Amino acid sequence: MHGTETLTFKKGLKDGLPICLGYISVSFTFGMMATQGGLPLWAVMLITMSNMTSAGQFAGTELILSGGLYLELAVTTFVINIRYMLMSLSLSQKVDSAMTSLQRLVLSFGVTDEIFAVAMKQDGSIGARYLLGLILTPYTGWTLGTLLGGTATGLLPVSVRTALGIAIYGMFLAIIIPPAKHTRPIALVIAISVALSCLFRWTPLLNRISGGWVIILCAVAASAYAALRYPVDDPEVLE
Amino acid sequence: MNVQRILICTLIMATVTYFIRMIPLAIFKQKIHNRFIRSFLAYVPYAVLAAMTFPEILYSTGNLYSAVIGLAAALILAYQDKGLLTVALGSTAAVFIAEQVMSFF
Repeated sequence: MHGTETLTFKKGLKDGLPICLGYISVSFTFGMMATQGGLPLWAVMLITMSNMTSAGQFAGTELILSGGLYLELAVTTFVINIRYMLMSLSLSQKVDSAMTSLQRLVLSFGVTDEIFAVAMKQDGSIGARYLLGLILTPYTGWTLGTLLGGTATGLLPVSVRTALGIAIYGMFLAIIIPPAKHTRPIALVIAISVALSCLFRWTPLLNRISGGWVIILCAVAASAYAALRYPVDDPEVLE
Repeated sequence: MNVQRILICTLIMATVTYFIRMIPLAIFKQKIHNRFIRSFLAYVPYAVLAAMTFPEILYSTGNLYSAVIGLAAALILAYQDKGLLTVALGSTAAVFIAEQVMSFF
């Protein structure tokens, strides 16, 4: 365990900074794609500020542009984003029990893959102030990136944009690799999850299952197996 | 583009996404004491991030070769306990360089 730095609002803002930078490039791409597809800038900004999801937004916007049905849009959004349910559930056990209902209703809006990952990385339980800070910086980056992408399309050369595609995954690896070095069950969870995910992606028929479901299936199977085989009394010892 | 359609679509996306995120956090206010569920939830972040990263990372750049180089760079940096930003930008730089070099051939 690392030193116990207090989880203040300010620390939240600071911890959100790497996420913010990562988001700028992703939302930049979104802003570009959506405006080039024919959506007016106000609509692109509205989607980005009310959703704050990468894959969900991309898919949804494509459906809007291609004339998809409302039901199709709802189901696609649900399937792609279903993983957030698992994250919110995991997060519900991480947040301070004293967090009020109103705080929960507001803060749950900001549960993204990256914010969730950084929140879970902290020692001990996390409070509303810290979480708010951790959401605000990335939200700003997400909004700003979309605006830049939607207005100044040619700002970043294509070579830089394609290279930035890997940035988010690099961040995920920075979160899961270090604990896997010292904790065998975590390494096992990762290995199982990766193997299943590749299997779904590269096997005929199985690869027709939507990515949103695949993530849930892999994560549930790998976590359940490890929880049976290596139960922990105090989840904090995993860190 | 029809304004009403845009508004309805945005509302559908935002509402569905919000409820997915909100329901578990609003319902489970007490700590769960069941040992299996606690362990399960402790492993979930690693499993989710792993499944999201692989094999997707291999398709996240211009081509497979640059992605493999970027992946290698990310793994090495992450293994050395480098911070999130360092790993993210390090792998991006590796991909960028690899793609520039490849464009000569």
